[in-house]
Amino acid sequence: MTAVIATNETILVVGGGISGMTAALEAAETGKQVVLVEQRPYLGGRVTQLYKYFPKLCFPTCGLEINQRRTKQNPNLTILTLAEVTSLTGSAGAYTATITLAPRYVNERCTACGDCATAVEAEFADEYNYGLSKRKGAYLPHRMAHPARYVLDPAIIGTTDAEKAKAACKYDAIDLEMREETLELRCGAVIWATGWQPYDAAKIQPYGYDRFPNVITSVEFERLADVNGPTGGKIVRPSDGKEAKKIAFIQCAGSRDRNHLLHCSRICCMASLKQATYVLDAFAEQAEVNVYYIDLRSIDRFEDFYNKVRANQNIKFIKSKPSSVVADQDGNPVVHGVDTEGYNRYAEPHDLVVLAVGMEPAVKKDAFPISVHINREGFIEAAPENGGIFAAGCAADALDVNRSAQHATGAALRAIQVINRVARAEV
Amino acid sequence: MGDTSKNYRLNFLKEVEANVEEGEWVKMCMQCGVCSGSCPLGKFWDHPPQEIFMMIRAGKRDAVLTSNAMWMCTSCYNCIVRCPRELPITHIMHGLAHYAQRLGLAPAHQPTAKFAQLFWNNLMKKGRVNELKLGVKLYFMNGIGEGFKTSLKMKDIGLGMMKTKRMNPMEVIGGHALEDVKGFHAVMQKAQELEDQRLANQRP
Repeated sequence: MTAVIATNETILVVGGGISGMTAALEAAETGKQVVLVEQRPYLGGRVTQLYKYFPKLCFPTCGLEINQRRTKQNPNLTILTLAEVTSLTGSAGAYTATITLAPRYVNERCTACGDCATAVEAEFADEYNYGLSKRKGAYLPHRMAHPARYVLDPAIIGTTDAEKAKAACKYDAIDLEMREETLELRCGAVIWATGWQPYDAAKIQPYGYDRFPNVITSVEFERLADVNGPTGGKIVRPSDGKEAKKIAFIQCAGSRDRNHLLHCSRICCMASLKQATYVLDAFAEQAEVNVYYIDLRSIDRFEDFYNKVRANQNIKFIKSKPSSVVADQDGNPVVHGVDTEGYNRYAEPHDLVVLAVGMEPAVKKDAFPISVHINREGFIEAAPENGGIFAAGCAADALDVNRSAQHATGAALRAIQVINRVARAEV
Repeated sequence: MGDTSKNYRLNFLKEVEANVEEGEWVKMCMQCGVCSGSCPLGKFWDHPPQEIFMMIRAGKRDAVLTSNAMWMCTSCYNCIVRCPRELPITHIMHGLAHYAQRLGLAPAHQPTAKFAQLFWNNLMKKGRVNELKLGVKLYFMNGIGEGFKTSLKMKDIGLGMMKTKRMNPMEVIGGHALEDVKGFHAVMQKAQELEDQRLANQRP
């Protein structure tokens, strides 16, 4: 059984992405007791799936490593992975949370040696790579996963694969008897950091994401560029593995659209500019990038990055929201539309189309376990009625990593204030 | 700085908002262009919808109202479905066409305008559309010679429709009507009076 000690002076952080990790660490490092609940088997969330950060083009692994070390060094922080908050009741200073823990089937004796994965035969679509590759039924979610422990896919439990995995483990780390657990804990404040998910591109019918293999999303493209990704960092198109040298980026795919997401997702412009540099890095003079946009959002220091990218002759900017994408006989996606600067009709074939999909709140409006003020875009808005619940990062707005970390630090401070009030009252 | 009032005038936009059905939506356009690209007849237009909206805001009154652009709209609604700001583009196009017609600025011999007028006149007679008469009128819209040519070309279809009772040749004489044609005419007359009154009050 998992045992967690928690009191009214404990801060519960829901979600262990970059925002949740930051908030949990900032609070724990001030000496507060923090319980961090993460649905995935590892911390870091969607940031772990990024190849590079904008605008510095540095690797997220660097900052993640620092955060992982901070979590290991901090005795005030309890991490629960494969965990979900199923109910939350009470008010500021006195909440009770019910948490459901899914079985990992691997205990803390795991050394991440990988013998179980070698032994297991069944393969599944790798969610870490958005289904662009396969993983084994016993797997380490990604190279830098923290906790660095393997996971057994629940689908292999009860099959011979599970027995093979158990037999292969030299450390007696595989426990096939693990069952779902439910625990109840008290907490004084809650930081809600459930983050975002990419908008379902198939809903943008004219762009044919569900019909054409060579129309992919920006998050998938990020995996393609990653040297640890499904193609080893080769930018190739899904239909035939051909190098994708001529790429269209379609901005506002789902964002700023009353048929889809009402808000501007804020990160997609910079993400596409960043991804354009991946294409240049891969193909140099042979790269041909077309960015189709309505408006470009790259403020402050981001503007320098934009100007640098814009200066490259191989990257063109077309002010136009494309009306549709169709595939020609060779499987090349052809982008159709009319541009705003001259009203010229175009039908431009590409090797690959990347949809810069918007950020959607990961938790649906009606799925929150407790009443909080949610705006029409589905994000949590700061309000007195939220009591001791504070949103951090993309649960509150469409934010980039930098702003998520700032926002999460602010949320930690709010939570700490509630805990201090409780502590004073109890003295 | 110069006189900005000359190059930044929204008089025509205001005129459109006041006189064109759904005209108040024009200012909501963010010039993304998805309407223009989505229009199946777009390449035949003088100006795609996106450009028309920009021209309205730029005060190009004559160019907009005498254009054949909005007359090319076939009401397929592709633009409305895709517009990220939910502008009722189809309706604005019809509103603009109607306004241009009212001012007598619509292009002469515009086939869509002609057909619309024929349809209206036909409907106003009996309160029901007489398709046979409308068809014949349409064939002869551009003169007797072309009318006979078109009629001959369509002969087989016409006979087929009669055979399958999709078209009644007796419609040529009189044709079917509303039960209370007199009442219908009274209603339409009243509506016209109200509209005339509204327009009279609108003029400065």
